[in-house]
Amino acid sequence: MSELIKGATGDWEMVIGLEVHAQVVSNAKLFSGAATAFGAPPNSQVSTVDAGFPGMLPVINGYCVEQAVRTGLGLKAKINLTSVFDRKNYFYADLPNGYQISQYKDPIVGEGRLLLDMPDGSTREIGITRLHLEQDAGKSLHDQHPNLTFVDLNRAGVALMEIVSEPDMRTAEEAALYITKLRTVLRYLGTCDGNMEEGSMRADVNVSVRRPGAPFGTRCEIKNVNSIRFVRAAIEYEARRQIDILEDGGEIRQETRLFDSVKGVTRSMRSKEDAHDYRYFPDPDLLPLVLDPEWVKTIEAGLPELPDEKKARLVAEYGIKPYDAWVLVAEREPADFFEAVARGRDPKLAASWIMGDYFAMLNRLGKSVADSPVSAESLGQLIDLISDNTISGRIAKEVFEAMVETGKAPATIVEEKGLRQVTDTGAIETAIDDVLARNQDKVAEYRSGKDKLFGFFVGQVMKATQGKANPAAVNDILKAKLQG
Amino acid sequence: MASELTRLSLAEAREGLRARKFSAVELTRAYLGAMEAARGLNAYITETPDLALEAAAASDARLASGAAGSLEGLPLAIKDLYCTKGVLTTAASHILDGFTPTYESTVTTSLWREGAVMLGKANMDEFAMGGSNENSYYGPVVNPWRRNGDTAALVPGGSSGGSAAAVAADLCVAALGTDTGGSIRQPAAFTGTVGIKPTYGRCSRFGIIAFASSLEQAGPMTKTVTDAAILLGAIAGHDPHDSTSVPVPVPDYTAALTGDLRGKKIGIPREYRVDGMPAEIEKWWQQGADWLRAAGAEVVEVSLPHSKYALPAYYIVAPAEASSNLARYDGVRFGLRVPGKDLTEMYENTRGQGFGAEVRRRILIGTYVLSAGYYDAYYTRAQKLRRLIANDFETAFETVDAILAPTTPSAAFASGEKADPIAMYLGDVFTVTANLAGLPAMSVPAGLSAEGLPLGLQVIGKAFDEAGVLNVGYALERAAAFNAKPAAWWRA
Repeated sequence: MSELIKGATGDWEMVIGLEVHAQVVSNAKLFSGAATAFGAPPNSQVSTVDAGFPGMLPVINGYCVEQAVRTGLGLKAKINLTSVFDRKNYFYADLPNGYQISQYKDPIVGEGRLLLDMPDGSTREIGITRLHLEQDAGKSLHDQHPNLTFVDLNRAGVALMEIVSEPDMRTAEEAALYITKLRTVLRYLGTCDGNMEEGSMRADVNVSVRRPGAPFGTRCEIKNVNSIRFVRAAIEYEARRQIDILEDGGEIRQETRLFDSVKGVTRSMRSKEDAHDYRYFPDPDLLPLVLDPEWVKTIEAGLPELPDEKKARLVAEYGIKPYDAWVLVAEREPADFFEAVARGRDPKLAASWIMGDYFAMLNRLGKSVADSPVSAESLGQLIDLISDNTISGRIAKEVFEAMVETGKAPATIVEEKGLRQVTDTGAIETAIDDVLARNQDKVAEYRSGKDKLFGFFVGQVMKATQGKANPAAVNDILKAKLQG
Repeated sequence: MASELTRLSLAEAREGLRARKFSAVELTRAYLGAMEAARGLNAYITETPDLALEAAAASDARLASGAAGSLEGLPLAIKDLYCTKGVLTTAASHILDGFTPTYESTVTTSLWREGAVMLGKANMDEFAMGGSNENSYYGPVVNPWRRNGDTAALVPGGSSGGSAAAVAADLCVAALGTDTGGSIRQPAAFTGTVGIKPTYGRCSRFGIIAFASSLEQAGPMTKTVTDAAILLGAIAGHDPHDSTSVPVPVPDYTAALTGDLRGKKIGIPREYRVDGMPAEIEKWWQQGADWLRAAGAEVVEVSLPHSKYALPAYYIVAPAEASSNLARYDGVRFGLRVPGKDLTEMYENTRGQGFGAEVRRRILIGTYVLSAGYYDAYYTRAQKLRRLIANDFETAFETVDAILAPTTPSAAFASGEKADPIAMYLGDVFTVTANLAGLPAMSVPAGLSAEGLPLGLQVIGKAFDEAGVLNVGYALERAAAFNAKPAAWWRA
């Protein structure tokens, strides 16, 4: 699905690769026992290891390694049984050791892949180059004092997974879908909470443009973009900027840029010439990380069903549309909710109710599946009432609203409000006769070929029965009588 | 009485304390008195007399109640590279001004658990970089030894020069040093004391201020081989806080000291006969081989063909690691801060004024060898050489049990004599190989040079065979019967 950009001199194609920094879900940091909770008071979750005190040594947190392996397996990636931690050296006030412990030449996870779920229901595979573990830096607070910078080291040492994609994306939309899908997979695995507002996921975006089919152009890297909307905006802006330069006969300088989310523009941060020389070398305080293949197998055996598999299963098992299945599996809870509702019922009806009225209700109330006022059980009961003709689909909407407001069971609401559907054909016939008698002119028009009036008659009958008449029965009897 | 107490070895003092011939407080007071009288040697950066007496009193109580540890009441000097909780810790650097750790190193924790008493923090070369103890922000340490008929000040060696001088001048019963390229063995040789660098991974590095992480180890500096065995037994062992420490059992090192080398093979590395080596060094080396033969060992020549690359490899790897390890001294969180108009200038001012010349030199070298475009030519090649040097030893140890070599190519030299850093680095020629290969190695006094200065012999052993190394050292010690002491001129 390559979408070309029109330039003054012809078409251009974007080439996009992403480096996503995902904070590992773990109670303790990557190399110290300090806590990692979000929102704690500044410098309250810092050990002497995190603060780079003299004589302190890092000790790898086994759980973070497990999480990285789990993520690698979830991305169908190669798990490297031997990986190496390196030091990335640079000076900054919020980097206590003067180096970040990262993985450079030998990452823990090698090549993998991620499937994007395109809006047309198709999928598109994006290559994962690698995943490595590294520690986060602290946070510099520049707005606390007129001429001092404060440093909060709570985040210093927190485990991150840097997940690097191949330059396989061709539109900003694909980049957005990539992050969305990656977030979904990480959340399924429980290895990253994917919370971009809290900084649990950030992306460095590499963008270049080229003529369709031409070799890759020179890329620029946009650092630290912290929402999917900004990723999209940054790419759109940056591609246009590069096209304008190239069409004016200029050249793209390889550089690092920052996205200004207020102005919606990218700005140069440093050129390639000014790039840091990080002087990577293996951290002599840490031995190479060697994994037992049996241990990796144990983790693999414990993986949850992942979104792609779940989607395929929902399509196969319940016969719902692939795109509907993708919407349902985007989070684990809605997918579970769907299965609880659909099991033993009409799955298409269940899908349409969940993706329609139910999601709309959650949106309106700002709630999630977890704290929804309507349980899977009661939504299922509502669908049962539709299926056994106790109520019509239209009446069901009214019942559903009452369920949201009162929390009562659907059957109770139907009884209390007297919404039980009229299936007595005698009563329906009477109502139809009445309607036809009052609309002789329309009956004549219909009989002379104006078929569209059928809907009018149905509406009149439903109105007369306060919506309680069984629509199928109304249709059948009405058709017979009109053909009269 | 006081000076007699301070002359005791650790083993003897331990016997005396256990037999209640004197108290830990008496012993500690004797050392505190000796330290006061020896301030001219500048062996200590920080003396901790109050803490020492308090600890000694507690030791006396435990000795009386029968709850004594293996080092109960024994007063030690601790190189100021070990972080000691609540006690100023400087690494002999201006940049750590006022730094008082809130934590204790694993190795010193083990000592205090066994009842040892800390007399103070021993002087050293700044960040353990140096071979003469002239690189200390707190001033040079003076070697207690002088040349015959000469009053010129000599260096005690380095970087554990304060520890060595303190042991040689009876300013402690024993001391802790650290050895990155010879920093225990070379000063031990220069001061007529015993020093052992254990196998890399044998002792925890947790709480030791890092210079070159892949090379350094903690180790004892003592008056006798037996003392070294006792002290090493107390500090060796796996530590979960140091990922490079190795979980292997620690044997009873004193039990290994039989002096019997029958059935053992000792290697003499051909390549250690370097050009320009003084005849005297050669002579004592021969003598050492004869002593080991007499103790029952077979002495054979071995080849360590890559030895000549050891110094260049060492002086790439050690500064590379140092350049990164010392990046944390930035004026932000602890120690010295020299303000500047912005962050970069604050860094420049703090590090420019906080580090001495040798430390700055090594940071520059280390930064250079790790730089893009130079990394492969220097760092990668040095690592390959390191592997080859380790392979040399592995091959040699297929046929021999230990290797005998000189510790140093000369006796102690005069202060200021080696102004050229290269000349200084050459003094490490026999010691850096054991660090590069991670092997245990010790220096034992052999005898006096013609000028009346102590010379050391070095024993290098197989990985984790400290027991074997100590026993060879013990055989040398018995044969050498080295009992010379420096004239206590500093008391005058």
